Amino acid sequence: MAEIHVESVRKTFGKVKAVWDVDLTVHDREFVVLLGPSGCGKTTLLRCIAGLEQVDQGRVFIGQRDVTDLPPRRRQIAMVFQNYAVFPHLTVFENVAFGLRMQHRPKDEIKKRVQSAAELLHIENLLDRYPSQLSGGQRQRVAVARAIAVDSLVLLMDEPLSNLDALLRLEMRAELKRLLREIEATTLYVTHDQVEALSLGDRIAVMRDGQILQYDTPLNVYDKPADLFIGGFIGNPPMNFLDGEVRTEDGRLIVRTGGGEIYPPPEASAVLSRLKEPSVLVGIRAENIETLSAPAEDALQATVLVVEPLGSHNLITMQLGPEQIKVNTDADFQAQPGQTIWLRLNTDKIRWIDKASGRALDYDVSPQS
Amino acid sequence: MKRKTSYSRLVVRGLVYLVAVLIALWILIPIYLITIAAFSPKDVIYSWPKSLFPQTISLETLKFFVSAQYVLPSLRNSVVVALLTLVISLVIGAPAGYALARYIFRGKDIFRIMILSTRAFPIVILSIPLAVTFMKWGLYDNLISVAILHVAMALPTTILVTSSVFVGVSKELEEAATVFGCSRVQAFTRVALPLALPGLAASAIFTFVLSWNEVFAATILTLQNRTLPARLFIQLAASPLPFRFAGGFFILIPAITFMFFIRRYLFSLWGITLK
Ligand SMILES: Nc1ncnc2c1ncn2[C@@H]1O[C@H](COP(=O)(O)OP(=O)(O)OP(=O)(O)O)[C@@H](O)[C@H]1O
Ligand SMILES: [Mg+2]
Repeated sequence: MAEIHVESVRKTFGKVKAVWDVDLTVHDREFVVLLGPSGCGKTTLLRCIAGLEQVDQGRVFIGQRDVTDLPPRRRQIAMVFQNYAVFPHLTVFENVAFGLRMQHRPKDEIKKRVQSAAELLHIENLLDRYPSQLSGGQRQRVAVARAIAVDSLVLLMDEPLSNLDALLRLEMRAELKRLLREIEATTLYVTHDQVEALSLGDRIAVMRDGQILQYDTPLNVYDKPADLFIGGFIGNPPMNFLDGEVRTEDGRLIVRTGGGEIYPPPEASAVLSRLKEPSVLVGIRAENIETLSAPAEDALQATVLVVEPLGSHNLITMQLGPEQIKVNTDADFQAQPGQTIWLRLNTDKIRWIDKASGRALDYDVSPQS
Repeated sequence: MKRKTSYSRLVVRGLVYLVAVLIALWILIPIYLITIAAFSPKDVIYSWPKSLFPQTISLETLKFFVSAQYVLPSLRNSVVVALLTLVISLVIGAPAGYALARYIFRGKDIFRIMILSTRAFPIVILSIPLAVTFMKWGLYDNLISVAILHVAMALPTTILVTSSVFVGVSKELEEAATVFGCSRVQAFTRVALPLALPGLAASAIFTFVLSWNEVFAATILTLQNRTLPARLFIQLAASPLPFRFAGGFFILIPAITFMFFIRRYLFSLWGITLK
């Protein structure tokens, strides 16, 4: 296994900047997820690494070796394609054996490796079938088995679970995680499903418009989104963003928002005090808001609009001053529409976001390696 | 309301079947009549009224036909020309079709139109200058020259049909092959080609039948080495009735068996079943 290193890679299609100056390093044995909305360039970046797309500019390294000008077969990669791409004219066995046959491995070795890859993916009883005789989930496994059967340096996966139904996807997700831990592969995994990204990745690279906006651990991407877009894209419900006005009263920095006042913690105050404009966006996740039934000094008054019981918790939409806000509460929390409630924001968890640029104030440059 | 729709659907269905049956009969009845005549003895062929069901089956007429001195050689000529045409037009046409399907290149649309426009030249007009040219090249009265002309006639459809066949073979499959160790050429021969085979076979059938049935060019470009249709075209008008039926039968049968053979063989691959 080896590391993947991408250096200021560009790929355009006509006027479309599919990938624009992307730098990315995936460490040896690391599992990195490329996450982003449809059309942001995830597949294109993966194809550039695989050599299926010629880069306009920049270099690609796999395991310290510059592979930019090598064809796919010389890059020692394995790939799982978005639509499986299992060969319909070959049996499952021959599909899984394809890469090994191309390497002219001895017969008994091929047999052994196919067998063990098939066992890992629980398709050992399907080896004689043709892909047309398989279900979508089984075909999926064949595609993964084909990829892990060869000795590749890195494993590239393009939305391998996207065509499965919700239940199967959940099951395969857990299986993949176990599997990849077992084979210790360096993996770059593309998805536009944030839950998949959060649950699978060692790190997540969030892409938009051909660029990587943030590259960090799932927890940090979720808790400390680098900007407005990421906060809104990741998490269900998305992060709440409230208009805030920064001012100083009696030598103390406060932020007026949601018809009330909140008191930023000291580190945040330091950053906020350096703002040129006194306005800021207050980003807060639904689970970082506490509901109180009586007024308190640091609580904001809100009115319940909608209560959505979700089993494990309730999702409540409230009117807070001129804005709406979503709040998670315990499942046994009782509320009626129209009822008045007080909200206390956990100020340690607030993301302070520059209104003009949309970037988080404490977020300088995203760490790239 | 529901009754009415199911009733009208039934009517539409019935009409569709009726038309299908009529078309089938229109083709099958002459084939049938030719076939029974070919297997009837001479006196039955000349007798009138005709019976729709053969009373006596005999090989007399066919034997008479085959024993005519030119028939077997020209039958052989026909097979040679048809196979040559098939092979050459696939060898040239399939790569061209592949290029049209897979690559974007300058002048692609014009290329496509030009391929089609070659069909706009009537073979009648092409044949005479071609005959002169082939004479100069020393290819006159040679089966190769007939095959070349047949290739020219078949190539446009071969290219367009194979291109749509290759469009139907997902590009991702070839890309997967290159990722797992194939060069571009290997990806083509190991993945795209086998998957395209049924479509290529259909195109081959078409080419074979086109060459097998072509009369005009074959007549103009040859003297001694005539293909069967060209020979019969000249000869039949002057032949007795049993001979004509046997000739018709001979023209018909190889084309039909060839079609059935290839169709069955290829469709049964990869579990596509004929219903
Ligand atoms: N072969 C191509 N020709 C022209 N434009 C292309 C081509 N491939 C991709 N693009 C464009 O490049 C951009 C990025 O596409 P890409 O397939 O990488 O997106 P993606 O992030 O994988 O999206 P999805 O989640 O829908 O798969 C899109 O705007 C797309 O239209
Ligand atoms: Mg994609």
